[in-house]
Amino acid sequence: MEVVAVILGGVLINNFIFMRYLGLCPFIGVSRQLETALGMSGAVIFVMTFASTVTAAFEQFILVPLGLEYLRTIAYILVIAAFVQLVEIFMKKTAPGLYRALGIYLPLITTNCAVLGVAMLNVRNSYGILMSTLNGLAGALGWSLAIIIFAGIRERWKLMDIPPVLEGFPLALVSTGLMSLAFLGFSGLFRNLVK
Amino acid sequence: MKRSLFHDFIKGFVEENPTFRLVIGMCPTLAVTTSVVNGFWMGVAVIFVLTFSNVFVSLLRKSIPDDIRIPVFVILIATPVVIVELVMRAYLPAMYEILGIFVPLIVVNCIIIGRAEAFAYHQPVLNSLMDGLGIGAGYTINLMVIGGIREFLGTGQITIGSVSFPGTPLFEPAAVMLTPPGGFITLGLLMAALNIAVARSENRKKARRAA
Repeated sequence: MEVVAVILGGVLINNFIFMRYLGLCPFIGVSRQLETALGMSGAVIFVMTFASTVTAAFEQFILVPLGLEYLRTIAYILVIAAFVQLVEIFMKKTAPGLYRALGIYLPLITTNCAVLGVAMLNVRNSYGILMSTLNGLAGALGWSLAIIIFAGIRERWKLMDIPPVLEGFPLALVSTGLMSLAFLGFSGLFRNLVK
Repeated sequence: MKRSLFHDFIKGFVEENPTFRLVIGMCPTLAVTTSVVNGFWMGVAVIFVLTFSNVFVSLLRKSIPDDIRIPVFVILIATPVVIVELVMRAYLPAMYEILGIFVPLIVVNCIIIGRAEAFAYHQPVLNSLMDGLGIGAGYTINLMVIGGIREFLGTGQITIGSVSFPGTPLFEPAAVMLTPPGGFITLGLLMAALNIAVARSENRKKARRAA
């Protein structure tokens, strides 16, 4: 039951963009076209899922036994940066096709606050390694869902007559707000399931 | 080239305002601005981290190799963030709970690494110090203004400490302003309003030149 709660919670109810405000910079930055949004989503799903695993393992096997929890922030950001670098090198050698597709998005991910954010949330909810991985995956899927919907909306702007004062960021934020309002509806849906 | 220290400080308020001109550091701008006080403390945390990292990046700028500068910046930023985290947890535990994961997330706030890369890495220490204080103060004001608007519309009054103004809510508060959609819409409309103001002042300048 908890598994269902984590997945539904991550994708819909506590959506990273609309409810938790995590990963907004790339959300607004690379959502101009559906294609780049898809590329970024792929990279985020991959990195967020496995970064959750790696940081949860790091917490359990290194930080807690050594009593170094107060260094969590420094440790996590270094682990995530190293992990992204590693993925990049590994992908370049083994999956050049995938590397070319995700290549330019990977380095950007280190500064995506959703990745560090999900690692911190895992600790706050005291999830184990498996639950952390699942939470990372669910969060990343939710993030991707948000950016793909948003990219679809932004592509339609090209055909519209937009008042110049709203062009760019103001309209992006207001549209995100309206989408977020729609997602707010989910919070009542599974009240008994997700706390 | 000698740059004026005063200009380095003051540019963070309008010219290079992080939220409205550079449009960076968006996540905490929206997440913690449910009241003036939350915005203020988040801003203070950012001022400290930004000033600390700017000064140290600038001090070490000649000895940091170009290729590994980003990891070095990250460590120089993470250090003050941990300091802020521990100090806040000890002396302002209630605020630490409210700001939640957004305190450790200052590490990945693009404002800070952006200033290190774009400014402190190339400028003398004093200028970097002023830049950190100025951009940080500009950011704090943004957070407090957005927080003020959302708090006023969402609760009907503004509460600082134990003092509320006005004493009783003037109207039926719109609680949606305190939820995430309210944050997005407030910031979007605020930016649009600023665009209108900028366009007006430019038009006026143009008219004056033509006259």
